[in-house]
Amino acid sequence: MAGADLPPTVEDLLRDLAPQVLGVLGRRFGDFDAAEDAVQEALLAAATRWPADGIPEQPRGWLIQTAARRLIDHRRSEQSRRDRESRAAVLEPPSPDVPEQDDTLIVLFMCSHPTLTRASAIALTLRAVGGLTTAEIASAFLVGEATMAQRISRAKQTIKSSGVPFGMPTPEEQATRVRSVLHVLYLIFNEGYASSSGPELHRVELSEEAIRLARMVHRVLPDNPEIMGLLALMLLIDARRPARTTASGDLVPLTEQDRSLWDGTLIADGLGVLDQAMSKGAVGEYQIQAAIAALHDQAATAEDTDWPQILALYGLLDRMTGNPVVTLNRAVATAMVHGPAAGLSVLDTVDERLAGHHRLDSVRAHLLEMAGDTEAAFAMYRAAANRATSLPERRYLARQAARLKTSVHETPSRVDVRG
Amino acid sequence: MPRYLLAVNFESGVVDTPMEEWKPEEITAHLDYYKALNEELVESGELVRTEVLAGPDLAKIVTSDGTAPVVTDGPFQEFKEWLAGYQIVDVDSEARAIEIAARVSAVPGPGGRPTQQPIQVRQVMDEAPSDVAEMEGYLQTAGGRR
Repeated sequence: MAGADLPPTVEDLLRDLAPQVLGVLGRRFGDFDAAEDAVQEALLAAATRWPADGIPEQPRGWLIQTAARRLIDHRRSEQSRRDRESRAAVLEPPSPDVPEQDDTLIVLFMCSHPTLTRASAIALTLRAVGGLTTAEIASAFLVGEATMAQRISRAKQTIKSSGVPFGMPTPEEQATRVRSVLHVLYLIFNEGYASSSGPELHRVELSEEAIRLARMVHRVLPDNPEIMGLLALMLLIDARRPARTTASGDLVPLTEQDRSLWDGTLIADGLGVLDQAMSKGAVGEYQIQAAIAALHDQAATAEDTDWPQILALYGLLDRMTGNPVVTLNRAVATAMVHGPAAGLSVLDTVDERLAGHHRLDSVRAHLLEMAGDTEAAFAMYRAAANRATSLPERRYLARQAARLKTSVHETPSRVDVRG
Repeated sequence: MPRYLLAVNFESGVVDTPMEEWKPEEITAHLDYYKALNEELVESGELVRTEVLAGPDLAKIVTSDGTAPVVTDGPFQEFKEWLAGYQIVDVDSEARAIEIAARVSAVPGPGGRPTQQPIQVRQVMDEAPSDVAEMEGYLQTAGGRR
Protein backbone atom coordinates (compact mmCIF):
# COMPACT_ATOMS: atom_id res chain seq x y z
CA MET A 1 0.00 0.00 0.00
CA ALA A 2 0.97 3.61 -0.43
CA GLY A 3 2.81 4.21 2.82
CA ALA A 4 5.14 1.44 3.85
CA ASP A 5 4.65 2.14 7.55
CA LEU A 6 0.88 2.43 7.69
CA PRO A 7 -0.77 1.01 10.78
CA PRO A 8 -2.10 -2.42 9.76
CA THR A 9 -5.70 -1.45 10.56
CA VAL A 10 -5.61 1.48 8.14
CA GLU A 11 -3.93 -0.55 5.44
CA ASP A 12 -6.34 -3.51 5.77
CA LEU A 13 -9.32 -1.21 5.77
CA LEU A 14 -8.17 0.70 2.70
CA ARG A 15 -7.45 -2.41 0.74
CA ASP A 16 -10.78 -4.00 1.64
CA LEU A 17 -12.61 -0.86 0.60
CA ALA A 18 -10.68 -0.30 -2.63
CA PRO A 19 -12.81 -2.50 -4.93
CA GLN A 20 -16.08 -1.37 -3.31
CA VAL A 21 -15.22 2.28 -3.89
CA LEU A 22 -14.14 1.58 -7.44
CA GLY A 23 -17.40 -0.27 -8.02
CA VAL A 24 -19.46 2.71 -6.90
CA LEU A 25 -17.47 5.14 -9.04
CA GLY A 26 -17.47 2.86 -12.04
CA ARG A 27 -21.23 2.53 -11.91
CA ARG A 28 -21.76 6.21 -11.41
CA PHE A 29 -19.41 7.48 -14.12
CA GLY A 30 -19.30 4.49 -16.43
CA ASP A 31 -15.60 5.10 -16.98
CA PHE A 32 -13.58 2.31 -15.41
CA ASP A 33 -10.22 3.75 -16.44
CA ALA A 34 -10.72 7.20 -14.96
CA ALA A 35 -12.47 5.77 -11.90
CA GLU A 36 -9.56 3.43 -11.22
CA ASP A 37 -7.04 6.27 -11.34
CA ALA A 38 -9.21 8.39 -9.07
CA VAL A 39 -9.56 5.57 -6.53
CA GLN A 40 -5.77 5.15 -6.44
CA GLU A 41 -5.44 8.84 -5.69
CA ALA A 42 -8.05 8.65 -2.95
CA LEU A 43 -6.28 5.66 -1.39
CA LEU A 44 -3.02 7.61 -1.37
CA ALA A 45 -4.72 10.59 0.21
CA ALA A 46 -6.24 8.37 2.90
CA ALA A 47 -2.93 6.63 3.52
CA THR A 48 -1.38 10.03 4.20
CA ARG A 49 -4.18 11.57 6.24
CA TRP A 50 -5.86 8.84 8.23
CA PRO A 51 -2.86 7.82 10.34
CA ALA A 52 -2.54 11.48 11.44
CA ASP A 53 -6.18 12.61 11.55
CA GLY A 54 -7.77 9.33 12.55
CA ILE A 55 -10.05 7.10 10.49
CA PRO A 56 -13.21 8.99 9.41
CA GLU A 57 -16.54 7.80 10.73
CA GLN A 58 -17.63 6.74 7.26
CA PRO A 59 -14.38 5.56 5.68
CA ARG A 60 -16.10 4.17 2.61
CA GLY A 61 -18.08 7.36 2.07
CA TRP A 62 -14.92 9.43 2.58
CA LEU A 63 -13.09 7.45 -0.09
CA ILE A 64 -16.01 7.61 -2.50
CA GLN A 65 -16.29 11.37 -2.12
CA THR A 66 -12.56 11.97 -2.38
CA ALA A 67 -12.22 9.73 -5.42
CA ALA A 68 -15.29 11.28 -7.04
CA ARG A 69 -13.92 14.78 -6.50
CA ARG A 70 -10.62 13.78 -8.06
CA LEU A 71 -12.41 12.29 -11.02
CA ILE A 72 -14.49 15.43 -11.44
CA ASP A 73 -11.41 17.62 -11.16
CA HIS A 74 -9.71 15.66 -13.90
CA ARG A 75 -12.78 15.87 -16.06
CA ARG A 76 -13.15 19.56 -15.41
CA SER A 77 -9.66 20.24 -16.64
CA GLU A 78 -10.59 18.33 -19.78
CA GLN A 79 -14.09 19.55 -20.36
CA SER A 80 -15.17 22.24 -17.98
CA ARG A 81 -18.63 22.74 -19.42
CA ARG A 82 -19.89 19.39 -18.19
CA ASP A 83 -18.64 20.11 -14.73
CA ARG A 84 -21.73 21.60 -13.13
CA GLU A 85 -24.12 18.77 -13.63
CA SER A 86 -21.63 16.01 -12.78
CA ARG A 87 -20.58 17.71 -9.56
CA ALA A 88 -24.18 17.85 -8.50
CA ALA A 89 -24.49 14.14 -9.13
CA VAL A 90 -21.36 13.30 -7.22
CA LEU A 91 -21.90 15.13 -4.01
CA GLU A 92 -25.05 13.21 -3.23
CA PRO A 93 -24.56 10.49 -0.65
CA PRO A 94 -23.45 7.12 -2.11
CA SER A 95 -26.41 5.51 -3.79
CA PRO A 96 -27.49 2.34 -2.01
CA ASP A 97 -28.96 0.77 -5.16
CA VAL A 98 -26.40 -2.04 -5.43
CA PRO A 99 -25.14 -4.15 -2.54
CA GLU A 100 -21.48 -3.60 -1.62
CA GLN A 101 -20.58 -7.20 -2.45
CA ASP A 102 -21.74 -6.67 -6.01
CA ASP A 103 -19.46 -3.68 -6.46
CA THR A 104 -16.48 -5.80 -5.44
CA LEU A 105 -17.62 -8.57 -7.76
CA ILE A 106 -18.15 -6.29 -10.75
CA VAL A 107 -14.64 -4.92 -10.33
CA LEU A 108 -13.24 -8.45 -10.07
CA PHE A 109 -15.05 -9.46 -13.24
CA MET A 110 -13.76 -6.40 -15.10
CA CYS A 111 -10.16 -7.07 -14.08
CA SER A 112 -10.18 -10.68 -15.24
CA HIS A 113 -12.10 -10.01 -18.40
CA PRO A 114 -11.37 -12.62 -21.09
CA THR A 115 -10.15 -9.96 -23.55
CA LEU A 116 -7.15 -9.26 -21.29
CA THR A 117 -3.84 -11.10 -21.48
CA ARG A 118 -2.84 -13.03 -18.37
CA ALA A 119 -0.20 -10.47 -17.46
CA SER A 120 -2.64 -7.57 -17.80
CA ALA A 121 -5.36 -9.27 -15.82
CA ILE A 122 -2.97 -10.07 -12.98
CA ALA A 123 -1.59 -6.53 -12.83
CA LEU A 124 -4.99 -4.89 -13.02
CA THR A 125 -6.48 -7.17 -10.37
CA LEU A 126 -3.65 -6.42 -7.96
CA ARG A 127 -4.10 -2.68 -8.43
CA ALA A 128 -7.85 -2.26 -8.76
CA VAL A 129 -9.00 -5.03 -6.42
CA GLY A 130 -5.92 -5.45 -4.25
CA GLY A 131 -5.25 -1.74 -3.84
CA LEU A 132 -1.51 -2.22 -4.43
CA THR A 133 0.48 0.59 -6.03
CA THR A 134 2.03 0.18 -9.46
CA ALA A 135 5.50 0.31 -7.87
CA GLU A 136 4.64 -2.53 -5.50
CA ILE A 137 3.28 -4.67 -8.30
CA ALA A 138 6.30 -3.93 -10.48
CA SER A 139 8.72 -4.97 -7.77
CA ALA A 140 6.77 -8.16 -7.14
CA PHE A 141 7.08 -9.11 -10.80
CA LEU A 142 10.69 -8.01 -11.16
CA VAL A 143 9.95 -5.48 -13.88
CA GLY A 144 10.40 -1.72 -13.97
CA GLU A 145 7.64 0.55 -12.74
CA ALA A 146 7.22 2.08 -16.22
CA THR A 147 6.69 -1.37 -17.73
CA MET A 148 4.07 -2.21 -15.15
CA ALA A 149 2.35 1.16 -15.52
CA GLN A 150 2.09 0.50 -19.25
CA ARG A 151 0.71 -2.96 -18.66
CA ILE A 152 -2.00 -1.58 -16.38
CA SER A 153 -2.89 1.31 -18.61
CA ARG A 154 -3.05 -0.96 -21.62
CA ALA A 155 -5.32 -3.33 -19.74
CA LYS A 156 -7.68 -0.47 -18.99
CA GLN A 157 -7.57 0.64 -22.62
CA THR A 158 -8.42 -2.89 -23.73
CA ILE A 159 -11.43 -2.90 -21.46
CA LYS A 160 -12.48 0.51 -22.70
CA SER A 161 -12.18 -0.35 -26.37
CA SER A 162 -13.89 -3.72 -25.98
CA GLY A 163 -16.96 -1.82 -24.80
CA VAL A 164 -17.58 -4.10 -21.81
CA PRO A 165 -20.33 -2.42 -19.82
CA PHE A 166 -19.55 -1.70 -16.18
CA GLY A 167 -22.00 -4.04 -14.56
CA MET A 168 -22.77 -7.55 -13.47
CA PRO A 169 -22.49 -10.22 -16.20
CA THR A 170 -25.69 -12.06 -17.03
CA PRO A 171 -26.45 -15.09 -14.86
CA GLU A 172 -25.57 -17.37 -17.82
CA GLU A 173 -22.16 -15.75 -18.14
CA GLN A 174 -21.39 -15.70 -14.45
CA ALA A 175 -20.01 -19.22 -14.04
CA THR A 176 -17.45 -18.68 -16.81
CA ARG A 177 -16.53 -15.27 -15.53
CA VAL A 178 -16.06 -16.58 -11.98
CA ARG A 179 -13.66 -19.16 -13.39
CA SER A 180 -11.63 -16.36 -15.02
CA VAL A 181 -11.46 -14.55 -11.69
CA LEU A 182 -10.28 -17.71 -9.94
CA HIS A 183 -7.71 -18.38 -12.61
CA VAL A 184 -6.22 -14.93 -12.15
CA LEU A 185 -6.03 -15.44 -8.37
CA TYR A 186 -4.44 -18.84 -8.94
CA LEU A 187 -1.81 -17.21 -11.19
CA ILE A 188 -1.08 -14.56 -8.57
CA PHE A 189 -0.65 -17.31 -5.98
CA ASN A 190 1.70 -19.17 -8.33
CA GLU A 191 3.88 -16.09 -8.67
CA GLY A 192 4.14 -15.73 -4.92
CA TYR A 193 4.67 -19.43 -4.42
CA ALA A 194 7.93 -19.11 -6.32
CA SER A 195 10.15 -18.41 -3.39
CA SER A 196 9.97 -17.95 0.29
CA SER A 197 13.32 -16.74 1.55
CA GLY A 198 16.13 -14.36 0.81
CA PRO A 199 15.93 -11.41 -1.52
CA GLU A 200 12.69 -12.51 -3.17
CA LEU A 201 10.70 -11.95 0.00
CA HIS A 202 8.39 -9.52 -1.76
CA ARG A 203 7.10 -12.31 -3.96
CA VAL A 204 5.85 -14.19 -0.91
CA GLU A 205 3.51 -11.30 -0.28
CA LEU A 206 1.83 -12.19 -3.54
CA SER A 207 0.72 -15.52 -2.06
CA GLU A 208 -0.69 -13.70 0.93
CA GLU A 209 -2.36 -11.23 -1.38
CA ALA A 210 -3.86 -14.05 -3.44
CA ILE A 211 -5.20 -15.63 -0.24
CA ARG A 212 -6.63 -12.30 0.92
CA LEU A 213 -8.35 -11.78 -2.43
CA ALA A 214 -9.65 -15.37 -2.46
CA ARG A 215 -11.15 -14.77 1.00
CA MET A 216 -12.73 -11.61 -0.36
CA VAL A 217 -14.27 -13.49 -3.27
CA HIS A 218 -15.41 -16.20 -0.86
CA ARG A 219 -17.15 -13.53 1.25
CA VAL A 220 -19.04 -12.12 -1.72
CA LEU A 221 -19.91 -15.54 -3.22
CA PRO A 222 -20.10 -17.67 -0.07
CA ASP A 223 -21.76 -20.70 -1.65
CA ASN A 224 -19.45 -21.24 -4.60
CA PRO A 225 -17.56 -24.54 -4.12
CA GLU A 226 -14.84 -23.71 -6.65
CA ILE A 227 -13.86 -20.60 -4.73
CA MET A 228 -13.72 -22.64 -1.54
CA GLY A 229 -11.60 -25.22 -3.34
CA LEU A 230 -9.15 -22.58 -4.51
CA LEU A 231 -8.97 -20.89 -1.12
CA ALA A 232 -8.43 -24.26 0.58
CA LEU A 233 -5.71 -25.16 -1.92
CA MET A 234 -3.87 -21.91 -1.29
CA LEU A 235 -4.09 -22.26 2.50
CA LEU A 236 -3.02 -25.91 2.54
CA ILE A 237 -0.04 -25.26 0.31
CA ASP A 238 0.99 -21.99 1.90
CA ALA A 239 0.99 -23.76 5.28
CA ARG A 240 4.13 -25.63 4.24
CA ARG A 241 5.99 -22.52 3.15
CA PRO A 242 8.23 -22.24 6.27
CA ALA A 243 9.60 -25.74 5.59
CA ARG A 244 9.85 -25.54 1.83
CA THR A 245 13.14 -23.73 1.31
CA THR A 246 16.55 -23.86 2.90
CA ALA A 247 18.34 -20.69 4.01
CA SER A 248 20.19 -20.71 0.69
CA GLY A 249 16.93 -20.80 -1.24
CA ASP A 250 16.96 -24.46 -2.27
CA LEU A 251 13.62 -26.21 -2.38
CA VAL A 252 13.15 -28.96 0.17
CA PRO A 253 11.26 -32.02 -1.10
CA LEU A 254 8.20 -33.09 0.85
CA THR A 255 9.91 -36.18 2.23
CA GLU A 256 12.63 -34.05 3.78
CA GLN A 257 10.61 -31.12 5.07
CA ASP A 258 10.57 -30.50 8.81
CA ARG A 259 6.86 -30.97 9.33
CA SER A 260 6.95 -29.27 12.71
CA LEU A 261 7.49 -26.03 10.80
CA TRP A 262 4.19 -26.35 8.93
CA ASP A 263 1.62 -23.78 9.95
CA GLY A 264 -1.06 -25.70 11.87
CA THR A 265 -3.46 -22.78 11.89
CA LEU A 266 -3.43 -22.45 8.11
CA ILE A 267 -3.84 -26.23 7.75
CA ALA A 268 -6.84 -26.27 10.08
CA ASP A 269 -8.28 -23.28 8.25
CA GLY A 270 -7.71 -24.94 4.86
CA LEU A 271 -9.21 -28.25 5.98
CA GLY A 272 -12.29 -26.43 7.25
CA VAL A 273 -12.81 -24.61 3.96
CA LEU A 274 -12.20 -27.84 2.04
CA ASP A 275 -14.83 -29.69 4.09
CA GLN A 276 -17.30 -26.93 3.33
CA ALA A 277 -16.45 -27.17 -0.38
CA MET A 278 -16.82 -30.94 -0.45
CA SER A 279 -20.21 -30.74 1.27
CA LYS A 280 -21.49 -28.81 -1.78
CA GLY A 281 -21.29 -31.94 -3.90
CA ALA A 282 -19.85 -30.40 -7.04
CA VAL A 283 -16.20 -31.34 -7.37
CA GLY A 284 -13.89 -29.17 -9.47
CA GLU A 285 -10.22 -29.01 -10.26
CA TYR A 286 -9.25 -26.81 -7.34
CA GLN A 287 -11.07 -28.95 -4.78
CA ILE A 288 -9.21 -32.04 -5.96
CA GLN A 289 -5.86 -30.28 -5.86
CA ALA A 290 -6.74 -29.06 -2.38
CA ALA A 291 -7.72 -32.57 -1.30
CA ILE A 292 -4.33 -33.85 -2.46
CA ALA A 293 -2.54 -31.07 -0.59
CA ALA A 294 -4.65 -31.91 2.47
CA LEU A 295 -3.52 -35.56 2.41
CA HIS A 296 0.12 -34.45 2.42
CA ASP A 297 -0.55 -31.92 5.16
CA GLN A 298 -2.23 -34.52 7.35
CA ALA A 299 0.58 -37.09 7.17
CA ALA A 300 2.63 -36.92 10.36
CA THR A 301 5.66 -38.30 8.50
CA ALA A 302 6.41 -38.82 4.81
CA GLU A 303 5.95 -42.58 5.35
CA ASP A 304 2.43 -42.00 6.63
CA THR A 305 1.36 -40.37 3.36
CA ASP A 306 -1.86 -41.89 2.04
CA TRP A 307 -0.56 -42.56 -1.48
CA PRO A 308 -3.45 -44.81 -2.58
CA GLN A 309 -5.88 -41.99 -1.87
CA ILE A 310 -3.59 -39.45 -3.59
CA LEU A 311 -3.36 -41.75 -6.60
CA ALA A 312 -7.15 -41.97 -6.80
CA LEU A 313 -7.40 -38.16 -6.71
CA TYR A 314 -4.73 -37.68 -9.37
CA GLY A 315 -6.62 -40.18 -11.52
CA LEU A 316 -9.74 -38.07 -11.16
CA LEU A 317 -7.87 -34.83 -11.81
CA ASP A 318 -6.12 -36.29 -14.84
CA ARG A 319 -9.42 -37.34 -16.40
CA MET A 320 -10.97 -33.98 -15.60
CA THR A 321 -8.18 -31.72 -16.90
CA GLY A 322 -6.28 -33.83 -19.45
CA ASN A 323 -3.23 -31.80 -18.36
CA PRO A 324 -0.05 -33.82 -19.01
CA VAL A 325 1.67 -32.24 -15.99
CA VAL A 326 -1.03 -33.85 -13.87
CA THR A 327 -0.24 -37.17 -15.57
CA LEU A 328 3.37 -36.76 -14.41
CA ASN A 329 2.15 -36.37 -10.85
CA ARG A 330 -0.09 -39.39 -11.28
CA ALA A 331 2.93 -41.39 -12.47
CA VAL A 332 4.73 -40.57 -9.23
CA ALA A 333 1.72 -41.57 -7.14
CA THR A 334 1.39 -44.76 -9.19
CA ALA A 335 5.02 -45.61 -8.47
CA MET A 336 4.47 -45.03 -4.75
CA VAL A 337 1.52 -47.41 -4.72
CA HIS A 338 2.29 -50.00 -7.40
CA GLY A 339 6.05 -49.69 -7.80
CA PRO A 340 8.33 -47.85 -10.24
CA ALA A 341 7.61 -50.05 -13.27
CA ALA A 342 3.92 -49.16 -13.14
CA GLY A 343 4.84 -45.49 -12.75
CA LEU A 344 7.17 -45.64 -15.76
CA SER A 345 4.44 -47.04 -17.98
CA VAL A 346 2.18 -44.13 -17.03
CA LEU A 347 4.98 -41.81 -18.16
CA ASP A 348 5.11 -43.50 -21.56
CA THR A 349 1.62 -42.18 -22.23
CA VAL A 350 2.78 -38.54 -22.18
CA ASP A 351 6.09 -38.99 -24.01
CA GLU A 352 4.84 -37.26 -27.12
CA ARG A 353 2.95 -34.45 -25.51
CA LEU A 354 5.76 -33.51 -23.12
CA ALA A 355 8.72 -34.22 -25.38
CA GLY A 356 11.62 -31.99 -24.35
CA HIS A 357 9.98 -30.90 -21.09
CA HIS A 358 12.46 -31.18 -18.22
CA ARG A 359 9.80 -32.39 -15.79
CA LEU A 360 9.21 -35.51 -17.88
CA ASP A 361 12.93 -36.37 -17.77
CA SER A 362 13.08 -35.49 -14.11
CA VAL A 363 10.21 -37.77 -13.09
CA ARG A 364 11.55 -40.55 -15.30
CA ALA A 365 14.99 -40.20 -13.68
CA HIS A 366 13.42 -40.49 -10.28
CA LEU A 367 11.41 -43.59 -11.17
CA LEU A 368 14.36 -45.21 -12.96
CA GLU A 369 16.43 -44.73 -9.85
CA MET A 370 13.67 -46.24 -7.73
CA ALA A 371 13.74 -49.19 -10.14
CA GLY A 372 17.49 -49.57 -9.62
CA ASP A 373 18.55 -48.51 -13.13
CA THR A 374 21.23 -46.07 -11.99
CA GLU A 375 22.83 -45.59 -15.37
CA ALA A 376 19.62 -44.57 -17.14
CA ALA A 377 18.60 -42.45 -14.13
CA PHE A 378 21.89 -40.57 -14.32
CA ALA A 379 21.40 -39.81 -18.02
CA MET A 380 17.85 -38.61 -17.37
CA TYR A 381 18.82 -36.40 -14.43
CA ARG A 382 21.48 -34.81 -16.59
CA ALA A 383 19.10 -34.28 -19.50
CA ALA A 384 16.53 -32.79 -17.12
CA ALA A 385 19.11 -30.44 -15.56
CA ASN A 386 20.09 -29.11 -18.96
CA ARG A 387 16.50 -28.29 -19.78
CA ALA A 388 15.28 -27.01 -16.42
CA THR A 389 13.83 -23.51 -16.45
CA SER A 390 14.09 -22.74 -12.75
CA LEU A 391 17.22 -22.41 -10.66
CA PRO A 392 16.25 -24.58 -7.68
CA GLU A 393 15.26 -27.41 -10.00
CA ARG A 394 18.46 -27.18 -11.99
CA ARG A 395 20.58 -27.20 -8.84
CA TYR A 396 18.65 -30.14 -7.47
CA LEU A 397 18.82 -32.14 -10.71
CA ALA A 398 22.51 -31.39 -11.18
CA ARG A 399 23.22 -32.66 -7.68
CA GLN A 400 21.19 -35.80 -8.32
CA ALA A 401 23.19 -36.42 -11.49
CA ALA A 402 26.45 -35.74 -9.69
CA ARG A 403 25.48 -38.16 -6.90
CA LEU A 404 24.82 -40.96 -9.37
CA LYS A 405 27.81 -40.19 -11.59
CA THR A 406 30.37 -41.88 -9.35
CA SER A 407 28.48 -45.15 -9.47
CA VAL A 408 28.10 -44.98 -13.24
CA HIS A 409 31.72 -44.15 -14.25
CA GLU A 410 30.56 -41.73 -16.88
CA THR A 411 32.38 -38.80 -18.36
CA PRO A 412 32.03 -35.71 -16.17
CA SER A 413 28.68 -33.98 -16.34
CA ARG A 414 28.50 -30.73 -18.26
CA VAL A 415 25.76 -29.49 -16.03
CA ASP A 416 26.48 -26.15 -14.49
CA VAL A 417 25.61 -26.13 -10.80
CA ARG A 418 26.63 -22.55 -10.10
CA GLY A 419 23.22 -21.12 -10.97
CA MET B 1 5.44 -15.44 -16.78
CA PRO B 2 8.48 -16.53 -18.70
CA ARG B 3 11.13 -14.00 -19.51
CA TYR B 4 13.34 -14.32 -22.56
CA LEU B 5 16.62 -12.76 -23.60
CA LEU B 6 16.65 -11.86 -27.28
CA ALA B 7 20.32 -11.46 -28.11
CA VAL B 8 21.90 -10.34 -31.32
CA ASN B 9 25.57 -10.66 -32.26
CA PHE B 10 27.45 -8.64 -34.85
CA GLU B 11 26.58 -11.47 -37.22
CA SER B 12 25.34 -9.61 -40.26
CA GLY B 13 22.61 -11.87 -41.63
CA VAL B 14 22.18 -11.54 -45.40
CA VAL B 15 23.68 -8.05 -45.55
CA ASP B 16 27.42 -7.89 -46.27
CA THR B 17 27.80 -4.14 -46.42
CA PRO B 18 29.01 -2.63 -43.13
CA MET B 19 26.69 0.07 -41.80
CA GLU B 20 29.32 2.77 -42.42
CA GLU B 21 28.71 2.24 -46.13
CA TRP B 22 24.90 2.44 -46.02
CA LYS B 23 23.03 5.52 -47.20
CA PRO B 24 22.09 7.88 -44.37
CA GLU B 25 18.37 7.32 -44.95
CA GLU B 26 18.90 3.57 -44.76
CA ILE B 27 20.57 3.96 -41.38
CA THR B 28 17.71 6.17 -40.26
CA ALA B 29 15.12 3.64 -41.42
CA HIS B 30 17.04 0.87 -39.62
CA LEU B 31 17.16 2.77 -36.34
CA ASP B 32 13.56 3.98 -36.61
CA TYR B 33 12.45 0.39 -37.02
CA TYR B 34 14.13 -0.62 -33.75
CA LYS B 35 12.78 2.45 -32.02
CA ALA B 36 9.21 1.78 -33.14
CA LEU B 37 9.47 -1.88 -32.14
CA ASN B 38 10.80 -0.99 -28.70
CA GLU B 39 8.10 1.59 -28.20
CA GLU B 40 5.51 -0.99 -29.11
CA LEU B 41 6.98 -3.41 -26.56
CA VAL B 42 7.03 -0.72 -23.88
CA GLU B 43 3.43 0.06 -24.75
CA SER B 44 2.43 -3.59 -24.42
CA GLY B 45 4.25 -3.85 -21.08
CA GLU B 46 6.46 -6.66 -22.37
CA LEU B 47 9.84 -4.95 -22.57
CA VAL B 48 11.83 -5.39 -19.37
CA ARG B 49 15.12 -4.01 -20.58
CA THR B 50 17.06 -3.36 -23.73
CA GLU B 51 20.71 -2.42 -24.17
CA VAL B 52 23.07 -1.89 -27.06
CA LEU B 53 26.68 -2.72 -26.22
CA ALA B 54 29.82 -0.78 -27.09
CA GLY B 55 31.94 -2.46 -29.73
CA PRO B 56 34.44 -5.24 -29.11
CA ASP B 57 37.30 -2.75 -29.60
CA LEU B 58 36.55 -1.57 -26.06
CA ALA B 59 36.14 -5.04 -24.62
CA LYS B 60 38.38 -6.43 -21.90
CA ILE B 61 38.85 -10.07 -21.11
CA VAL B 62 39.45 -10.76 -17.42
CA THR B 63 40.68 -14.00 -15.94
CA SER B 64 41.86 -14.69 -12.45
CA ASP B 65 43.21 -17.59 -10.40
CA GLY B 66 41.99 -15.82 -7.27
CA THR B 67 45.17 -13.80 -6.72
CA ALA B 68 46.33 -11.67 -9.66
CA PRO B 69 43.72 -10.90 -12.29
CA VAL B 70 44.87 -10.92 -15.89
CA VAL B 71 43.25 -8.26 -18.04
CA THR B 72 43.70 -8.41 -21.78
CA ASP B 73 42.30 -6.19 -24.48
CA GLY B 74 40.76 -8.84 -26.67
CA PRO B 75 38.97 -9.26 -28.89
CA PHE B 76 39.89 -12.86 -29.41
CA GLN B 77 36.61 -14.08 -30.82
CA GLU B 78 35.72 -13.25 -34.36
CA PHE B 79 34.04 -9.87 -34.56
CA LYS B 80 30.71 -11.37 -35.59
CA GLU B 81 30.62 -13.63 -32.54
CA TRP B 82 30.49 -10.75 -30.09
CA LEU B 83 27.24 -9.81 -28.45
CA ALA B 84 25.95 -6.56 -29.96
CA GLY B 85 22.86 -5.97 -27.89
CA TYR B 86 19.88 -7.55 -26.24
CA GLN B 87 16.29 -7.17 -25.12
CA ILE B 88 14.69 -8.90 -22.18
CA VAL B 89 10.98 -9.45 -22.68
CA ASP B 90 8.38 -10.69 -20.23
CA VAL B 91 5.81 -12.52 -22.30
CA ASP B 92 2.96 -15.01 -22.11
CA SER B 93 4.73 -17.76 -24.04
CA GLU B 94 7.78 -18.84 -25.97
CA ALA B 95 5.74 -18.39 -29.14
CA ARG B 96 5.37 -14.68 -28.38
CA ALA B 97 9.13 -14.36 -27.72
CA ILE B 98 9.83 -15.97 -31.09
CA GLU B 99 7.38 -13.60 -32.77
CA ILE B 100 9.24 -10.61 -31.32
CA ALA B 101 12.62 -12.09 -32.29
CA ALA B 102 11.35 -12.45 -35.85
CA ARG B 103 10.49 -8.77 -35.87
CA VAL B 104 14.00 -7.91 -34.68
CA SER B 105 15.57 -10.08 -37.34
CA ALA B 106 13.50 -8.42 -40.06
CA VAL B 107 15.04 -5.00 -39.35
CA PRO B 108 15.61 -3.27 -42.70
CA GLY B 109 19.14 -2.86 -44.07
CA PRO B 110 20.39 -1.38 -47.35
CA GLY B 111 17.62 -1.00 -49.90
CA GLY B 112 15.05 -1.63 -47.19
CA ARG B 113 15.78 -5.35 -47.38
CA PRO B 114 15.39 -7.25 -44.07
CA THR B 115 18.88 -8.00 -42.68
CA GLN B 116 17.76 -11.39 -41.32
CA GLN B 117 20.27 -11.18 -38.50
CA PRO B 118 20.12 -14.33 -36.33
CA ILE B 119 18.48 -13.64 -32.97
CA GLN B 120 19.15 -15.93 -30.04
CA VAL B 121 16.05 -16.60 -27.96
CA ARG B 122 17.08 -17.67 -24.48
CA GLN B 123 14.75 -18.30 -21.57
CA VAL B 124 15.71 -16.56 -18.35
CA MET B 125 15.74 -18.98 -15.41
CA ASP B 126 12.82 -18.74 -13.02
CA GLU B 127 13.09 -18.86 -9.28
CA ALA B 128 10.83 -21.86 -9.01
CA PRO B 129 8.72 -24.32 -10.98
CA SER B 130 6.17 -22.40 -12.94
CA ASP B 131 2.94 -23.24 -11.17
CA VAL B 132 1.40 -25.01 -8.23
CA ALA B 133 0.77 -28.25 -10.11
CA GLU B 134 4.39 -28.40 -11.28
CA MET B 135 5.73 -27.37 -7.91
CA GLU B 136 3.69 -29.95 -6.04
CA GLY B 137 4.75 -32.58 -8.52
CA TYR B 138 8.34 -31.55 -8.18
CA LEU B 139 8.26 -31.62 -4.39
CA GLN B 140 6.61 -35.04 -4.45
CA THR B 141 9.17 -36.41 -6.87
CA ALA B 142 12.22 -34.84 -5.43
CA GLY B 143 12.17 -37.29 -2.61
CA GLY B 144 15.31 -39.09 -3.66
CA ARG B 145 18.44 -39.13 -1.57
CA ARG B 146 20.40 -35.95 -1.93
